Amino acid sequence: MTQFDIVVIGGGHAGVEAAAACARMGCSTALVTFDRATVGAMSCNPAIGGLGKGHLVREVDALDGIIGRAADDAAIHYRMLNRSKGSAVWGPRIQADRRRFRASVQRQLAELENLAIVEGEVAALVLAGGKVAGIELADGARLSAPRVILCTGTFLGGVLFWGEERVEGGRTSEPAARRLAEQLRAFELPMDRLKTGTPPRLDGRSIDWARLERQPSDDEVWTMSAMTRCRRLPQLFCAITRTNARAHDLIRDNLARSPLFSGAISSGGPRYCPSIEDKIHRFADRDGHQVFLEPEGLDDPTIYPNGISTSLPVEVQLAMLRSMEGLEQVDMIAPGYAVEYDHIDPRALDSGLQVRAIPGLHCAGQINGTTGYEEAAAQGVVAGLAAASSVYGSEPPPLDRGNSYLSVMIDDLTLQGVTEPYRMLTSRAEYRLQLRASNAETRLTGLGIDAGCVRPERREAFLKRQEQRAAVREEGLATRDSAVDSISLGSGRNFDQEIVEEIAEELRYAPYLLRQERELKELRAARSQGLPDGLEYRDVPGLSNEMVERLEAARPMTLGDASLVRGITPAALSAILVHSRKAA
Amino acid sequence: MTGSLPAARMASVRTLRDEDGLVLDEALVLWFPGPASATGEDCGELHCHGGRAVVAAVLKALDRSVGLRPAEPGEFTRRAFANGRIDLAQAEALGDLLAAETELQRRLAQNQAGGALSRRVHEWRDRVLELSALVEAALDFSDEDDADVLPERFGQDRKALADEIAALLSAPRTERLRDGVRVVIAGPPNAGKSSLFNALLGNEAAIVTPIKGTTRDVLERPVAISGVPLVLVDTAGLRAEGAEAIEAVGIAKAHGEIANADIVLWLGNEGSGPGGALEVQPRVDDPLAPTKTAPDHVVSAVSGEGITALLADLSKRGREMLPKASALAVNTRQAELLHQAHSALLGDGHLDLLLVSEDLRLARIALDRLVGRAGVEEMLDAVFARFCIGK
Repeated sequence: MTQFDIVVIGGGHAGVEAAAACARMGCSTALVTFDRATVGAMSCNPAIGGLGKGHLVREVDALDGIIGRAADDAAIHYRMLNRSKGSAVWGPRIQADRRRFRASVQRQLAELENLAIVEGEVAALVLAGGKVAGIELADGARLSAPRVILCTGTFLGGVLFWGEERVEGGRTSEPAARRLAEQLRAFELPMDRLKTGTPPRLDGRSIDWARLERQPSDDEVWTMSAMTRCRRLPQLFCAITRTNARAHDLIRDNLARSPLFSGAISSGGPRYCPSIEDKIHRFADRDGHQVFLEPEGLDDPTIYPNGISTSLPVEVQLAMLRSMEGLEQVDMIAPGYAVEYDHIDPRALDSGLQVRAIPGLHCAGQINGTTGYEEAAAQGVVAGLAAASSVYGSEPPPLDRGNSYLSVMIDDLTLQGVTEPYRMLTSRAEYRLQLRASNAETRLTGLGIDAGCVRPERREAFLKRQEQRAAVREEGLATRDSAVDSISLGSGRNFDQEIVEEIAEELRYAPYLLRQERELKELRAARSQGLPDGLEYRDVPGLSNEMVERLEAARPMTLGDASLVRGITPAALSAILVHSRKAA
Repeated sequence: MTGSLPAARMASVRTLRDEDGLVLDEALVLWFPGPASATGEDCGELHCHGGRAVVAAVLKALDRSVGLRPAEPGEFTRRAFANGRIDLAQAEALGDLLAAETELQRRLAQNQAGGALSRRVHEWRDRVLELSALVEAALDFSDEDDADVLPERFGQDRKALADEIAALLSAPRTERLRDGVRVVIAGPPNAGKSSLFNALLGNEAAIVTPIKGTTRDVLERPVAISGVPLVLVDTAGLRAEGAEAIEAVGIAKAHGEIANADIVLWLGNEGSGPGGALEVQPRVDDPLAPTKTAPDHVVSAVSGEGITALLADLSKRGREMLPKASALAVNTRQAELLHQAHSALLGDGHLDLLLVSEDLRLARIALDRLVGRAGVEEMLDAVFARFCIGK
């Protein structure tokens, strides 16, 4: 039997960040994966970042995570989305070379001293006294650890659909995974079902690029990670085509053959990422939808057509593709499909993503009902920090809605639950004016240093930049000239342009930030009002049945958490407060 | 106590007994299981005979039962609010309904307790959400060809909403109805203010003497005339000299009352009263009294001449200053929140969508507070219902 502080199951984006965070914190950590070579694989689209998602990447990076640097190592196209809007909603996004991304992740993991990568299939959790004590592998070997982080994606009850065909997917067909799934079901954790989909993959050599509008990589040099200072790879362009009346007719004629419409799939899919069938059906008046053609690698001809996720029969997919401009001769490398899977109702988790019913077990990533690499990575870091802190008996970094998108997501998941695969959006963050992708380091790296998850190299770099920030603020250099809306520098001293801009943005929004600070103060005060563990919401006079159900599902730890549960009114909050005081 | 529980929502006759089995009354008993009850909780009603001793005996028996106590003032309303049966604006109106003394007060409170104001605020809130959805779509889904820029109607819609809120803000406040229209009688000493005050009230509330400065304090009495709640206010006579300390304080108070008045009845020299005052010529029975060339009213406190006409005029003017029973009205708390929503909607003419969005968020918070609720998810629902978004 091998002894670890923490075992992480799964080598996707959540597993990688969770394991790396634990290792950075000095915990002896095992990352268990079926196949060492697939660690860090990008299983869906080739992009990292985007609106809201770019914020998450920068925040994980600010806590010294992996994803930002891996993105820079693999970036073959940089695009700052929303540049014409206020900087708080700028969305840094890159297209990654899949192979190089995976290589970078694996290289970064190899540098971590306390991390062991264990190849094997997890068969079961080992429990002792109702708590997690480790895991058992399919070959009978045991790894003992007081904390286990489950990052297994969609392995619970996954079914893949295209047209009338369906295949049990994920790893459910393997007996070993089935045992773990059964074990989890035996705990009667609240589960739900979601669906998501992918588009077909195209062979770029069969696309007539000359006819298509191109989207070049940004000229301005910026990076995903604060630790990367330059571009590493040659830059490729993306291109844009559109669906048209002919494609729409094809889709409409075959709607009944799509599992989404035949009734084969009934679970909720993402509203922000509808399948092309959905788009045609719901917005029948539109004559076309944009399709972004994104390269998957420098030396890989695969193209990802973003915007046409579909589960239509394979031959309909090909006909639809070939009806579009530039794709008349296109070859399909793989068809698109829809996947339906079980996820845990994240309201069963606490703010460290620990399953309340199984102390010591954390869950991160798609298993919690989210979608996207960035959301997974962000949960991985949060679960990793929480697990590692508990090993030391210390508190995890004080993240909240006022300082991070990480916390906005954790709050939303654990208090509101999900009705569709959860994706980050900037509109989810009430305090988004202060949560800019460009100030993630200022917001979080200091907290990470205090928690012990930031290594010396980043710490030094951070402290140097902090000195610059102090200097810029102190000299009043970044005063805003309202007439020309530009930044005037008093002295000729040479400052990092990004830092000057960051301070200027602070000044630009200062009156609003001040007002939000007051709101945040109220929220933080409410969050210092702890609620007792076993609070019986049914006994609180004046709560509707609906409120009781929601509160029981989410089990908020503080009054402030309770205020974020959907439908909870100020009056209900005061009733809860009064009751919990009486009970105490 | 009732022997057995009657069927839900069925009026049933039961014999009420105390714990020793002694008969207290034959009563009508109603049982409303929650959540379909006035408060959302289980509710029972006992309709007893009205004799004081019967009621006292039943209350005493109830008091001795375990877990029962008399409700605090407003407790049923509070519980109904806490259980989500009514919202904050309705709860406030219900309070007004219970306190209503005149027909006009009752009708307005009834209207608002029925949710008229709440419905309007919810409708505004939905429109703010719509506006937010437009901004958020432009911010979060800028890659979509559907949602990149704000549609032209955004500005018009926002302005139209702000104007509607402003219109309600300019309408009379409910406090005026609750507290009554303040009618202040003012003039120099010995002009006959207190006599008129008594005549209007129909009794001797104020001491009347020929000595200047008899009225040193402010006297007020609520009256309802044709259902219009008025507060008649008698004040110290205004004079610059000759007043001793106590009277001087009274004069200062009188000036304050005049400033606060809804209607001033001016008994002094024609044209020297406060702006907008009604010129009243008192003592028409006294041939020596000064006359006015264009008085609004000519009255005699002694003979009663002109008093009825004056009362009718006050009631007519008062009614115009009060909220219409069928219209919406807000109290000061509600007005403050509507002001916040209104100024947030007007914004500062920002071009930065982030600030436009922040202003809309503030407007939504203000409207939420007005009816006592909150939520971000709903805004996203509005976004997704409208747009074809996402790849």
